[in-house]
Formats: sequence, C-alpha cells, structure tokens
Amino acid sequence: MLGDGALERLRHEGRIVVVGASLAGLRAAETLRAKGFAGSLTMIGDEPHEPYDRPPLSKGVLLGRARADRTALPRLRTVDATWRLGVPATALDMAGRKVRLADGDEVPYDRLLIATGVRARPWPREEEAELDGVFVLRTRDEGAALARRLDGGPRRVLVIGGGFAGSEVASACRERGIPVTVAERGAAPLVGALGGVVAAVAAGLQREHGVDLRCGIMVTALEGDASGRVRAAHLSDGSTVETDVVVVSLGALRNTEWLDGSGLGAGPRGIACDAGCRAFDIRGIVTDDIYAAGDVARSPHPLFGYQFLSLEHWGNAVAQAGIAAHNMLSESVDRLPHMDVPAFWSSQFGVNVKSVGVPSMATDIMITQGSLDSRRFVGVYGYQGRVIGAVSFDQGRWLPFYKELIERTAPFPPEFPTVDRHADGQRPMDADFPDPSVPSHGPTVTLSGYSPADRRMTFVPAH
Amino acid sequence: MSIAVDLNRCQGYAQCAFLAPEIFTMHGDEALLYDPDADEAQREKLAQAAAACPVQAILVDAVDEPAEAVPGAR
Repeated sequence: MLGDGALERLRHEGRIVVVGASLAGLRAAETLRAKGFAGSLTMIGDEPHEPYDRPPLSKGVLLGRARADRTALPRLRTVDATWRLGVPATALDMAGRKVRLADGDEVPYDRLLIATGVRARPWPREEEAELDGVFVLRTRDEGAALARRLDGGPRRVLVIGGGFAGSEVASACRERGIPVTVAERGAAPLVGALGGVVAAVAAGLQREHGVDLRCGIMVTALEGDASGRVRAAHLSDGSTVETDVVVVSLGALRNTEWLDGSGLGAGPRGIACDAGCRAFDIRGIVTDDIYAAGDVARSPHPLFGYQFLSLEHWGNAVAQAGIAAHNMLSESVDRLPHMDVPAFWSSQFGVNVKSVGVPSMATDIMITQGSLDSRRFVGVYGYQGRVIGAVSFDQGRWLPFYKELIERTAPFPPEFPTVDRHADGQRPMDADFPDPSVPSHGPTVTLSGYSPADRRMTFVPAH
Repeated sequence: MSIAVDLNRCQGYAQCAFLAPEIFTMHGDEALLYDPDADEAQREKLAQAAAACPVQAILVDAVDEPAEAVPGAR
C-alpha cells in the first residue's frame, strides 16, 4: 500500500460519503477538508435540517431561552460538500461501494463514514404513542414541539424514565412552575448510570424541587380522551396520574436497520469497529473503506478491558469523527486510535453534573470531596482495585484531575491525603448499581462485551 | 452566528457570562446556559468571550456557509 499512490489519488480525486449529518458527520467532514482532502464529499442526512446541536434541546429550549430551530452547529471551517438532506440512506452495497437512498438514488464512494447515531426509543404501544400530547425528545423538531406544548402551560407533565434526559425535562418543567411527575422503573433517577449512592442524591434534588417522583414503578398504559389527547397514565401500583403531556424518555435505539443484510457488523448495539473507527464486517474482519463514528459506533477501549463501548456522548462524537477522518486519509502506520476517556455533563435542578470514565462499570464508590448531604461532591468509582470513573455535582473543576487517575489506572481507593480531609472519613462503599437483569433506565454507555452468563446464543459455523 | 459550547471542557469560570451576558448566563453555581444563535450585533462581545475562556470551550462560526438542503442534487 505504501507508496503505490492510492492514498494520493484518494486525497485528490476520491469520493467520500458521510451518512449522518449531525455532530459527528459535520466534524468529520471539517477534519477531512482540514487535512487536505480535495475530492468530492457528500453528506447524507435523514432530517431536512443542516447539522444542529442537541444539548440545548433539553435545556435552553425547554426553558424558553433558546429556539429549537436556532441550534445549528457552528461551522469551524469550509466543508464544500454536496448535502443530501431529508433523504435517509436505505441500504449499503459493500461490494459495489454504493449507498442507496430512499429516493432511489445511489451514491458511490471510495471511503464511507457511518454516523447515523441513535433515535429516541418510542413508547412501545403504538396507538398510545400516537396520542396527542405524547412526546419523545431527540430531534430538533421533537424539541420544538415539546417546547411549544410547555409554553401552553400544561396542567401536569409526566416523564417516563428518570435518566439524564428525563431528569433534564423534569428540571425544566419545575423551573417553569409546571407540575411534573417522574416515573422510574429503578430505585431512583440516574441509578443505571451512576449507582444508588449518587442516585439517592438525585432523588433528593428532584423531590426538593417539587417533582412528584415515583420509583420502582412502571407505566402500564396511557389513556386518551375522545379527541385523541392523552389524559392519564396508569401505573403498575394501581395508581393513575392525570396528565396532558407525557415525555417518553426510555433511552435510544441505534440507527442501524438500513444496514441489515449489507454484510457489515451492525446490529441493535451499533456498528462494531476497531479502535481506529474502521468497521467490522459480519465475519469479524475489519474493512478498510468503511468507518463509523459517534453514537452508532462501538469500539474496544483499552482502559475498560477492551470491552466494546458504545457512548451516547457529545465529546465522543467529536473525538471519534476526528479520528475516523484522519485514519481515512492515512497510511496504516500513521493511523490513530480513539482512546478518549468518556466524559459527559448534565445540568438539572440548578446542579451541574459531570462524569468521566465509565461509572456504570464500577462496584464501589468513595466520596473524595464535599459531601452527599450538601449535594456538592466528587464521587470516585472503583472496579477491581482501580479508579474507573468519577462524578461531580457542582465540583466540575476537579474532573480533569480524576480523568488523569483513570488514565493512569490509579489504585482504588485513591490516596491523596492533602485534598479535602473531612471528619466523617473517606471510606469506599458499595456504589449500589442495580442488578443488570432488573430493568431500569440504563446509562448512556453500553458495555457490549460477550457475557459468559448469556447462553441464549448458539454458534453455527457455516462450514 | 451559531455557537456551541463544549460543556465537557467548560469548568464554570464564568468569563463568558461577564463579557457577553446577553449570550451566556450561569445557571446555578456552575452550569452554563447560552443562546446558540446569537444576534449579529453581539459578534465583538462573543469574540471576546470565546477568547477569554480559559479552557477554550466556546465554538463559533468561522465561515458563513449554511448547508442548504438540496434533496435531489448530486
């Protein structure tokens, strides 16, 4: 490969197609141009909008401080692409190196980047999901529709699912004085992502701010009135919540269905790729012309036991897009691995929640700064004697320090006696993550390593 | 002008909220709220705020190049 000129030809006259015109797709396109790619670039997006930012949708937009149609992502440099917006990709022809679109067109490529992301998991019963007043929150249009309804001053909002998105919706409602009920299957909000110790703090925050928080409970049915508007929800404890807006916050589904039958190693857990974002085919062989980045990608991470991690994190989309773009244009010896430490933020009920590492992989937690009672603290997560994650509530400036500990695989419990010695001692305790077999709102990180306990799989070699 | 803030980087120094309060406000002690589509009249203040951010977390349009939706175009 080295010196045969193929890479030079790709740089000058190659065709690169990016499927997915959101954060990862846009940043990849910008990186390709920044690195000198002069060939043709096609951006394919299923939504009719130019790439936009999502975090404001569950925060500023719901608070009425920003408009959903005004969250376009800034252009960091000229992209000079052909934009095929409002037309989803429907199939991939790996042998013919073509992407098929819903309008029947076929777009040929020399290199393909798949950044199709995730979509909101809908309410499972279709006729109930279609009731007027039932929302999910993922896209700009969904954000705009929900914001409009909140502007109308609903009598009560029911949020189904107390994960990060659901908690942010509840927070925005309370800030606007709208009565809100949160129904969470687990023992507390955020329990799947951060464990029971921290989730108890989140529960306290919600209740203090007037959220009618119901945990260990499921919504069994949504009921509409004669005109098709939602009017009530029935819960598993036999109670009923009268409501005119329901926000379904049950996590996300990866947009990989269009790859069914393509031969690419894609499925409900995302697209398997190597640390350099190169996608695997279904035979477990890495491709050299197809890359994946963002929420839809899952790749092995050396800091987390080489488990295939799938991260629905803003920073991960940016970092992976940069790596994929770089590697597409590089000889094999110059390729880079994506080894960023996962990190994300949330703001709810006036508190800035930040996390690094993979807390949901941990067994233990130690509060190293501040205190749970004050709701201002850093919790460090431990797994098999090492630091694997950290979370801060209004102590965000400390997180880079803990990120370094994670990168150094520092021992857990950590020992740094000069920092914030407090009287009640610093002892590790059980982080209290729910049994994964018990349904609750999960974290935004999927660990998709094969579990030996999972015996439902049967391996049938073809020959 | 489109704005995005890398809130992983943001550590709540609040420099932006001092320099461009029409765009950036602190929400609680540490969290930041911002208008992702600032008025053109704010360009100078926005540039100052982005430059003053100790962790360079503020991303602003460097080019005027809207992605016009062109279904059907090749």
